[in-house]
Amino acid sequence: MEEAILKIFAQSITRYFATVADGQAVLGTPYLSADNESVAFDFSAVIGITGSHRGNIYYTAPREKLHALLPLIGEAAPDDRLCAELVGEITNTISGNAREQLGASFMISTPFIIEGKPLSVHTAKDTTCYILPVSWNQHRSRVVVSLQQNPSNS
Amino acid sequence: MKLLIVDDSLIMRRAIERSIGRTRFTEVHTATTGLLAVEMFERHRPDVVTMDITMPDMDGLAAVDEIMKRDPRAVILVVSALADKATAVEAVKRGAQGFLLKPVTAQSVQAAIDDILSD
Repeated sequence: MEEAILKIFAQSITRYFATVADGQAVLGTPYLSADNESVAFDFSAVIGITGSHRGNIYYTAPREKLHALLPLIGEAAPDDRLCAELVGEITNTISGNAREQLGASFMISTPFIIEGKPLSVHTAKDTTCYILPVSWNQHRSRVVVSLQQNPSNS
Repeated sequence: MKLLIVDDSLIMRRAIERSIGRTRFTEVHTATTGLLAVEMFERHRPDVVTMDITMPDMDGLAAVDEIMKRDPRAVILVVSALADKATAVEAVKRGAQGFLLKPVTAQSVQAAIDDILSD
């Protein structure tokens, strides 16, 4: 199950950068997050998942990467407000795009934005948390996938 | 012509406005929730509405319903990241003229607007 889910999010984030940034995102090998590991960069967004699955999807990126990306979507004067908005929009897009394979019962919340590095990833009980490293133009970022199938919907 | 852009994301509202806003529309209004979208529609009677789906207060599909109740000839383009076919079909069933999947580019927004206005 984990491999299939990770593949879906890998495709989603690749599609995002190919479309918006006109450049290929390079994905690293996904790995399991250790307990209490700080995985966050400067800006993060989290989306809650309910329905067929439960858990969270995070996207986290450093300020420098977001400042490099914002002009490509027409924002000539990047600032922290736009950085926060952008991680929210990326998280929303990759989570929503995942419904192509996971279907309409994969319900997503609106994004919640977290500014600052100290983030302990909140995972649902008994849920494994995977980190998917994403590199674009030598800037690092991460997709964090913490999901399990909802027994009452399977 | 008047345009109403409905999206809870500032990035998306600005991107859509830059793509099509001032070149084709003399008035551009924005809303961040479905509830506000209905209010803004009643107040401004836009010629075209771009509508996100996942938003606080009232989602975009419910807002399409409310707008179509007020004006069955309303022209609505749903712009959403929700990539399952059922959602796109549902949006059209409720009265939207088109569905554009995020992520978008300026070209894809322009093409989608051209498409619904030529119908």
